[in-house]
Amino acid sequence: MNNWIIMPAVLPAFTAAFLLLTLRHRPQAQRIVSIVATALGLLVAIGLAVEASDGVAQAYRLGDWPAPFGIVLVLDRLSATLLVLTGVLALCVVLYASAGWDRRGQHFHTLLQFQLLGINGAFLTGDVFNLFVFFEVMLIASYGLMLHGGGPARLKAGFHYVAINLIASALFLIGVGLIYAVTGTLNMADLALKVPEVVPADQGLLKAGALLLFLVFATKAALVPLHWWLPSTYAATSAPAAAIFMIMTKVGAYAILRVYGLVFGAEAGALALVAAPFVLPAAVVTLLLGTVGVVGSRSLRSLSAFAIVASMGTLLIALGLFDAAGVAAALYYIVHSSLAGAALFLLAGLVLEGRGAMGDRLLPGPAMRGEVLVGGLFLLCAVAMVGLPPLSGFLGKVMILEAVRSSASWPWLWALILGTSLALTLGFVRAGAVLFWASGPAGEGPRRRLDPLPLTAIVLLLALAGAWTGAAGPAMVWMDEVARQSLDRASYVEAVLGPTNHRSGGLGE
Amino acid sequence: MEILVASAIGLMTATGLFLILQGRSFPVIVGLTFLSYAVNAFLFAMGRLTVDRPPIITAGAAYTDPLPQALVLTAIVISFGMTALIVVLGLRGFLETGSDRTDLSLANAAEEHGPAPAGEDSSRERGGAARA
Repeated sequence: MNNWIIMPAVLPAFTAAFLLLTLRHRPQAQRIVSIVATALGLLVAIGLAVEASDGVAQAYRLGDWPAPFGIVLVLDRLSATLLVLTGVLALCVVLYASAGWDRRGQHFHTLLQFQLLGINGAFLTGDVFNLFVFFEVMLIASYGLMLHGGGPARLKAGFHYVAINLIASALFLIGVGLIYAVTGTLNMADLALKVPEVVPADQGLLKAGALLLFLVFATKAALVPLHWWLPSTYAATSAPAAAIFMIMTKVGAYAILRVYGLVFGAEAGALALVAAPFVLPAAVVTLLLGTVGVVGSRSLRSLSAFAIVASMGTLLIALGLFDAAGVAAALYYIVHSSLAGAALFLLAGLVLEGRGAMGDRLLPGPAMRGEVLVGGLFLLCAVAMVGLPPLSGFLGKVMILEAVRSSASWPWLWALILGTSLALTLGFVRAGAVLFWASGPAGEGPRRRLDPLPLTAIVLLLALAGAWTGAAGPAMVWMDEVARQSLDRASYVEAVLGPTNHRSGGLGE
Repeated sequence: MEILVASAIGLMTATGLFLILQGRSFPVIVGLTFLSYAVNAFLFAMGRLTVDRPPIITAGAAYTDPLPQALVLTAIVISFGMTALIVVLGLRGFLETGSDRTDLSLANAAEEHGPAPAGEDSSRERGGAARA
């Protein structure tokens, strides 16, 4: 058993406890420990990705309990890829926050590490109830991060955010309860074996449970009509928190892929692909509404938030196909949209700081310091988010267009994706023109100097988005393998339950 | 007993949903609490209703499913902590904006008074301004 598999969860957990217990009043030391721990976490994730690249899923049995009874963590290409992405994003966010954001409230780094614990755990776990627990860990930390810095708008939006997630958690538990009541197991591999064998009388209950879970994941992934929390939350929170939240919507997309591609996947008998009829239509509406939001936004942060909604729509269109090509394209796009979205939110934070009383409202105001540099970075972010060449959004959208060719309604999907891209371009052009071209002479009063650290973080994210284009060939080969493995029920079950494929029917075994 | 438990869960869920749909934060919090009670009872019943049986497996003897009990314990801890958090959040929101209403427009109105909140002190002041 490879003990490194638990490291992505253990490392942030211990770092957070260490920060809280020993370095409470030493912000500088907190920063250093947090940056080092996050970098180490990234290295571990890369090591695990190398480990997973042989294509054999590995299970880590906690406490060495046999698989369907104990909790397992499963490392395969999909989880390893997302762990690396989380590590990269977290490192950039920690760098950005270390320039001063982390001192606006208490325990920024502690909360961030707890959030990493939840996110990494959610990517690794092979048990549906454990997925709930890691979701909660991630959410509890995110409540703290979301409120970081305080202020009335943030508190009110935070109340909404917490309330909607509590309702989602209640639905999660009801779904989990129904699935357990019918199948008697919550281990994903065991579920994948038992779901096709459920007697017809119980299939209705199981379907209700499965679709309730889908509602929860759709809420996390901001799928219309469950997306309303996202724009108000992301627009009200601080830039580094919004940037790390980028990966949280992806956790929702990941959970949809894992549960509805594997447990309720193509081989699940009467319940095969139970969520598939809902994903594609909802994703289409998500993309449309996100685009409308981008065009109609009145502040840069709300524009960024709607751009995220639109990008979730785009990637769920591809994911909703539940075939290898669609999933591979969606995964390529997930990496791109996380990097670009995080860069956009961090940049919106700089704009908010730089424009003083004008904030990030899309109205002409006095020029901010470093306008050319920030404006240039905004251009790059916009190019990446909209999906123009040369950054990775372009290739991501091309791959998604390529993948939806297998769908019967592909001409409509092409028209939609291309049309919304044009509208998104208009929205971003309007924002950029107002913020950086229509600005008057520099205002009076003290203005913040542009810190090098936040700029480094943004440039790093954009450079990675550029590199993601350059590496598109090998990246796509990798993503194809990830997609094929993530839809391969037999190999996952074998990794978790062992090669004998025993049915674990009773406790007598 | 099944009918009693099922209707109790249904009643608590309905009460919870009704309260969550109110426009003030206090009813919403109480509604969330009702919802979490309903969920806990539901989870508990998912191991089937068995009376007077130990959750321990002994050869030949009847037992009640121990797993839902473990699940419900986790769920109780999490929902308890979350309720505490949202109570504090609702209270802070009330103190800073002077209103218990849950709509965002009030908060945005308070935000219009100045740039993004820089710290606790300035937001307190603005909260005071909004109350006045």
